Amino acid sequence: MNRLGYLPIALVLAALAATPFFVASNSVLNFIVFVLIITLTAQGWNLLGGVGGQSSFGHAAFFGTGAYVSAILQARFGVNAWAALAIAIAFGAVVGWIIGFLSFRAGLRGSYFALVTLAFAEVLRILANATGFTGGAAGLLLKLDIGFWNMQFSSRAAFLWLALGFVGIGLIISQRIANSRFGAQLVAVRENEDAARALGVDVLAVKLKAITVSAALTAAAGCLYLQYFLYIDANIAYGLWISVEALLAPMVGGRGLVLGPIIGAFTLHGLGEATKLLAGRVPGIDLTIYGVVLVLVVAFAPGGVLGLLQKLGLRRRPRPVPQLKGAE
Amino acid sequence: MLNVQDVTMRFGGLVAVSGASLTVSEGAIVGLIGPNGAGKTTLFAIIAGFLKPTAGQVSFEGQDITGEPTHIRAKRGIARTFQIVQPFAGLNVRENIAVGAYLRHADSVDAHERAEAVAHRVGLGADLDKPAASLTVAGRKRLELARALATEPKLLMLDEVLAGLNPSEIRDIVPVIRAIREDGVTILMIEHVMQAVMNLCEHVHVLAQGRMIAQGSPREVCANPQVVEAYLGKGAAERLRAEEAGHA
Amino acid sequence: MYSPAIVAEAMLNGLLTGAVYALIALGLTLVYGVLHIINFAHGAFLTCAMFAVWAAHSVLGLDPYLAILPLTLIFFAIGYGVQRFVIGPASHGDDGNILLVTLGLSIVIENALLAVFRSDTRSLSTDYSFNVVELGPLLISQARLFGLAGALVVTGLLWLLLARTDTGKAIRAVAKEKLGASLVGIDVRHVYAVTFGIGCATLAVAACLLMPTFYVNPRVGGAFVLVAFTIVVLGGMGSIPGALAGGLVIGVVESLCGLFLGESLGQIGIFLIFILVLLFRPTGLFGARA
Repeated sequence: MNRLGYLPIALVLAALAATPFFVASNSVLNFIVFVLIITLTAQGWNLLGGVGGQSSFGHAAFFGTGAYVSAILQARFGVNAWAALAIAIAFGAVVGWIIGFLSFRAGLRGSYFALVTLAFAEVLRILANATGFTGGAAGLLLKLDIGFWNMQFSSRAAFLWLALGFVGIGLIISQRIANSRFGAQLVAVRENEDAARALGVDVLAVKLKAITVSAALTAAAGCLYLQYFLYIDANIAYGLWISVEALLAPMVGGRGLVLGPIIGAFTLHGLGEATKLLAGRVPGIDLTIYGVVLVLVVAFAPGGVLGLLQKLGLRRRPRPVPQLKGAE
Repeated sequence: MLNVQDVTMRFGGLVAVSGASLTVSEGAIVGLIGPNGAGKTTLFAIIAGFLKPTAGQVSFEGQDITGEPTHIRAKRGIARTFQIVQPFAGLNVRENIAVGAYLRHADSVDAHERAEAVAHRVGLGADLDKPAASLTVAGRKRLELARALATEPKLLMLDEVLAGLNPSEIRDIVPVIRAIREDGVTILMIEHVMQAVMNLCEHVHVLAQGRMIAQGSPREVCANPQVVEAYLGKGAAERLRAEEAGHA
Repeated sequence: MYSPAIVAEAMLNGLLTGAVYALIALGLTLVYGVLHIINFAHGAFLTCAMFAVWAAHSVLGLDPYLAILPLTLIFFAIGYGVQRFVIGPASHGDDGNILLVTLGLSIVIENALLAVFRSDTRSLSTDYSFNVVELGPLLISQARLFGLAGALVVTGLLWLLLARTDTGKAIRAVAKEKLGASLVGIDVRHVYAVTFGIGCATLAVAACLLMPTFYVNPRVGGAFVLVAFTIVVLGGMGSIPGALAGGLVIGVVESLCGLFLGESLGQIGIFLIFILVLLFRPTGLFGARA
């Protein structure tokens, strides 16, 4: 990925940006928008869990904070949607920093870190579900008011480009980090904390930076979700489902790789849709497939889809585009 | 340059290091030897900041660094290698060394150039693009050395870089260490390979059961009966002398 | 603000719930203590067992208490097979992989159950579901008293198994030093699978004791699994008496939080305890091995 630079990123973005010109079906565009929101969520996870090796089971904490802060600012205080977005991302980053500060300072790693992040997300979910200010169990609804300044669009294509813009920013951030000192130090921390420390890496600072950026990206995804569906409740925004989506996509696409989350998200959801087509609308059938895929990836393809492609020798001419066509 | 003063380290009831002191002056190459379990690696961990001693003081270039975290010490110019090599398995050789180089070069191009230069210096020039996990034991030892060297240390602490190597590999790496020292890097090394210690070190400290029992030139230290007993057991020095007398 | 009688009743109810929590946590802590893995699929296996109890009752007409023996054996076999043929080989012995594989298993089990049984909530109605015992001014559900008794009996049996039998000795040997155990001829993979099987078997017992007064749907295990993690952490990872004590404490905490904070905030106390223990005392409150 490093040596190819930005070329594959540009190809992926261009292919997706062009879809509205070739595809008129609303359900396909809906699908792409939803998967892009998942991709952005997963890009956040990938930075911390993939590149940095700190697997979180609670990225819902950041997704939900982004969605709730933006929703409360807009619905209760009449703040402009774009300003709310910026503030919500900042809040997400702060929540990330706080959770990181508490857990990393306590030296939690591996399974312990996974569990404590899960617990933080659950605490936030229960609070959001029980507090009147956050709309309680009824959730929060944004008033439908189409317009650029409200970040609401009548055309699905427009929202697709917006989401794609965010995913593009996520890709560029990931790529820049991969080629930077911070990226190298983050990988060093993943591989061996003691050795990294001996080489002058401030392990705590590196982890904190990673979880802060990670949380900001995932919080942005929460905002996008809100703008698209105009409704959230505690089980959506802080639910376990989004924590699982956040980690599944990079695991399946290629853990720690820049294109891992987007490839993984489209592969998984493409598989899910295909299963639904074949098996009918049986509830839970797509998730069953995700679970099976996760186990299979861990067992047989630890490098994910990209790792498999590499093994198959397709690395010389990397063409991520066919991947995406398969998913559409 | 480095001054360790009466350092004691207790783990629960176990005293790993007891009132140990040592000094390393600038430009020197100093050995730290002693039988297995003497506390050498513990002392290294204390100097590098991985452990905080129960008592005593560590100072570097005149400043007390006893409570300082490891990465700050690295910035001051203290680098160490690990007895059990710790490569970043998911990275190739160049990227491994670059992690060290990034300490003083924020830019990735600079850091990678620096990493390549260091790799050539320790004889890893041909392996730059190999995954670190694919290196042989000797290669990993060189990588360990290269990474530490890439931080551009003033004091380089080597924890048994020669252990596990065969005689020809040792013959290859000894000149590398000497060259590093000639470039002005002060070296403190734990070593079991006595031939290399005699060959390289000017001054040797001997640690046994957590205490410093002797110091001096390699030759003096080897002749010291206390040192011989520490390695070979009580009464050994006397027996050896008697045997020598018998032969003469 | 509440009369002592109400608080006492809440505490007693908490203890009874806590006993079942302890039973669920027992399998989790045993698996952690021996395999050093966190079994994320524990809750999903519990859901499975609860559906099995429900099916045994409504299809075969088998009383939940009579179902204990057959279901324990069946779930032991399932657990053995899953560890031996799925988790073990798929995770290549890596800690993080195990967590992911068990997460994958839990997703598969939960959603397969959802596909088969849909999201309806099901419960059993037995003649004794509503029987109560009078204890002074308090009324206690008979089925929940059985739950408490069952938890104590299973803890005792587990302790006996570990302390007195050859299998127990092998399990303890593997838990302490797996390389050493394999060198003296213990088949570590077999012991791992047996341990995992015992963990699942305790879930079958828990399911049988729960079902007369509880309900089952495909998501029910998720509610228990985090509670069980909290208990395991609180009691000290791998400690069996710790799990029992931790379960009782958590049951009381949940019940009192529910009383004082209201139903919707009841579980928050559990997660806060979980976070605080992990951050400040990861060896657990009762964990002796610091």
